[in-house]
Amino acid sequence: MADNPKEKITPASRQYPDPQSKLKQDPPTTGHSWDGIEEYDNPMPRWWVWIFLITVVWSVGYWIAYPAWPGIQSATSGLLGYSSRANVAAEIDEFEARNETWFAQLVETDLDAIREDPDLHRFAVNAGASVFAAQCSQCHGTGGAGVQAAGYPNLLNDAWLWGGTMEDITTTVTWGIRNDDYPEARWSQMPAFGVDGLLDDQEITEITHYVLRMSGQDHDEALADAGAEEYEWNCASCHGDGGEGDYELGAPALNNQVWFYGGSEEAIRHSIYYSRFGVMPGFETRLREAEIRAVAAYVHQLGGGQ
Amino acid sequence: MWDYVKLIVLGVIVVFAAIAANFARDLAYLVHAIIIFLTAAGLFLWQIRRVGEPAPVHNPNEYMDGVVRAGVIATAFWGVIGFAAGVFIAAQLTWPQLNFDWAQGYLNFGRLRPLHTSAVIFAFGGNALIATAFYVVQRTSAARLWGGNLAWFVFWGYQLFIVMAATGYVLGSTQGNEYAEPEWLTDLWLTIVWVAFLLVFMGTIINRREPHIYVANWFYMAFIVTVAMLHIVNNVSIPVSVFGSKSVPLWSGVQSAMIQWWYGHNAVGFFLTAGFLGMMYYFIPKQAERPVYSYKLSIVHFWALIFLYIWAGPHHLHYTALPDWAQTLGMTFSIMLWMPSWGGMINGLMTLSGAWDKLRTDPVIRMMVVAVGFYGMATFEGPMMSIKTVNALSHYTDWTVGHVHSGALGWNGMITFGALYYLVPKLWQREGLYSLRLVSWHFWLATLGIVLYAASMWVTGIMEGLMWREVDAQGFLVNSFADTVAAKFPMYVVRTLGGLMFLLGAIIMCYNLWKTVTSTAERKPATAAVAAE
Repeated sequence: MADNPKEKITPASRQYPDPQSKLKQDPPTTGHSWDGIEEYDNPMPRWWVWIFLITVVWSVGYWIAYPAWPGIQSATSGLLGYSSRANVAAEIDEFEARNETWFAQLVETDLDAIREDPDLHRFAVNAGASVFAAQCSQCHGTGGAGVQAAGYPNLLNDAWLWGGTMEDITTTVTWGIRNDDYPEARWSQMPAFGVDGLLDDQEITEITHYVLRMSGQDHDEALADAGAEEYEWNCASCHGDGGEGDYELGAPALNNQVWFYGGSEEAIRHSIYYSRFGVMPGFETRLREAEIRAVAAYVHQLGGGQ
Repeated sequence: MWDYVKLIVLGVIVVFAAIAANFARDLAYLVHAIIIFLTAAGLFLWQIRRVGEPAPVHNPNEYMDGVVRAGVIATAFWGVIGFAAGVFIAAQLTWPQLNFDWAQGYLNFGRLRPLHTSAVIFAFGGNALIATAFYVVQRTSAARLWGGNLAWFVFWGYQLFIVMAATGYVLGSTQGNEYAEPEWLTDLWLTIVWVAFLLVFMGTIINRREPHIYVANWFYMAFIVTVAMLHIVNNVSIPVSVFGSKSVPLWSGVQSAMIQWWYGHNAVGFFLTAGFLGMMYYFIPKQAERPVYSYKLSIVHFWALIFLYIWAGPHHLHYTALPDWAQTLGMTFSIMLWMPSWGGMINGLMTLSGAWDKLRTDPVIRMMVVAVGFYGMATFEGPMMSIKTVNALSHYTDWTVGHVHSGALGWNGMITFGALYYLVPKLWQREGLYSLRLVSWHFWLATLGIVLYAASMWVTGIMEGLMWREVDAQGFLVNSFADTVAAKFPMYVVRTLGGLMFLLGAIIMCYNLWKTVTSTAERKPATAAVAAE
């Protein structure tokens, strides 16, 4: 059979008086020949015609059931009253209704009390993880590890710029950092000591070595000694005498090995010379209060919450 | 007289191009003005040296094959360029480090992606269509191409369009409409070239010495006419300045989106389907030396295909701002399109009945059969993906990319390779191909490459579709977008490998065709146009 598909498609009784003859001779052609190409006058395969007709009938049925043909003012709405927008709204409403009490509770509960209620905390962390995946992971990484040396802080450790309490994290998420969208945004600016001519190259080198010593890295002892006084005059007011940093000013600690822009001599020098200016958007208008609290709870429990 | 008209026109273009270059407002426009200036100035000099020479006399009973030969070379050339660009951007998606810092704004993924799509669709596919249309229409009409050197204008004009489009993309001149990225100046030029193409083709049909128009020519005609309409409507825009590449589209909002996908889907339907079916309807019966299976089927599926295809565009905009009724029409017409598309597959495959043994001995026919197979697979997958519930999973994922490539590599690529293998010995009067063994190598590399490509994209597409929609019991999203990107890495490696194999196959083909022209014995020429009975 498979060797001779014509047998299936051209019923013998319709075209050939002798059922055996079709095995011996070709079906008739249309009689034309173009550059040697001829065309058989075979009928269309029955299954092909039938499936085509079935898809047409099915489509007509679908048009009756669903919105389909446009008129001047509006389109036919279909017997099923289907609307993709109404469907998605209903789906959202369903989840909203399911989460309504939780969200209300999240807003009412005192920030630090959220983690004392295990059920509420579990909900907050789940919801916060989803908010984080959608809104925060682009910069801070899907796991919250940040992008080292590119200024996107790691949220898994206890080194904080603007504080790691629930209150601090909520404020940071709500208003953001150094953005022009909200006057409430946290703001500070380190001077560009090199660009603005506040320090000369030698002084910057000395401070760099002082910071290297402070953070326990290889350094030049003489340069570091010389940098101590410069540090006190120019840096200590924000970064602290011992380099412990200051949450109020978003000044990072310099006495540990956690770096936002890299801790090499070159990177530190670059930070002093050009300064840094990390920006984070605020989410006050993009997220609901409950969502902000949820993502704060999520970040808080990642490892460094205070 | 005609020589002087040409000289005046070229001279005017040279002057205007020089002025445009002087006042150019952006780099892309400047480069385009310089390209046009150099081209027109070169033609002016070439023309001026020929003034007064007697025009070469052509035997009207001889086919015009020079332009087809040029088209075959251009097809192979742009094919390799387009495939290589594809492999490179696939590697960029796999290893983002390949978006080199020093080449930002020129060779990053965003700039090269339209370069790849346009190079394969319009440069490779377009040249293949123009070359084969010119070849087929002459043979099946038993007439020389109409319009004399107008065919050469179409060929070179089209190459100029490709160069302008490609330089525009790399230099950042784009309308941002998928497959319609070139800006207004390039669009206008393509319109002129395309109308010339239509004239040459229709003129030849009108001059035919056969009583009927062969089915391949119906498809070529549908392709040329519809692409002209699509191109013009989707590119209606107002230039910001005549000296700048930027323009503002006349359509906006959801209307613009609808027109874009009416264009985009019918670029698939009429450029990549109807045009290539024309190719199939000539080269498969020729290579198989068998009559076409069913004349009735060819008529019915032709009219059904061109009537239904034009409605299917909205399925690219399921679950968007597009009204539900338009989505319904897009989906139902796509489903009705299934059998009309398969009509071409049935006619292609059944033409081989009685000649199946050739699959064992002739790798060229094997290539054509696999092309028709992939065509059938892609035209089943397409209607299936247009169903809204399926589309909810597949849309925006790599599944779409895999679908497009099983059609583009499998159907368009393979049928074009088959046509090139058929054409080169004929056009250069050779006894046969240099090496059938190399054709076999090409066949297997390309086929396995496509399989790797499509399979890996199915896996990542369905995976990312499922990851995107995954929500927990409270309705919270489980995965971030970056999670889905990270999860796709291994499949991206496989995809790059598949593309590399396809590229290697094409390079082997170029070598084989080159050796066919240079190193095989000559055949007795027999190119006289003789009307068959």
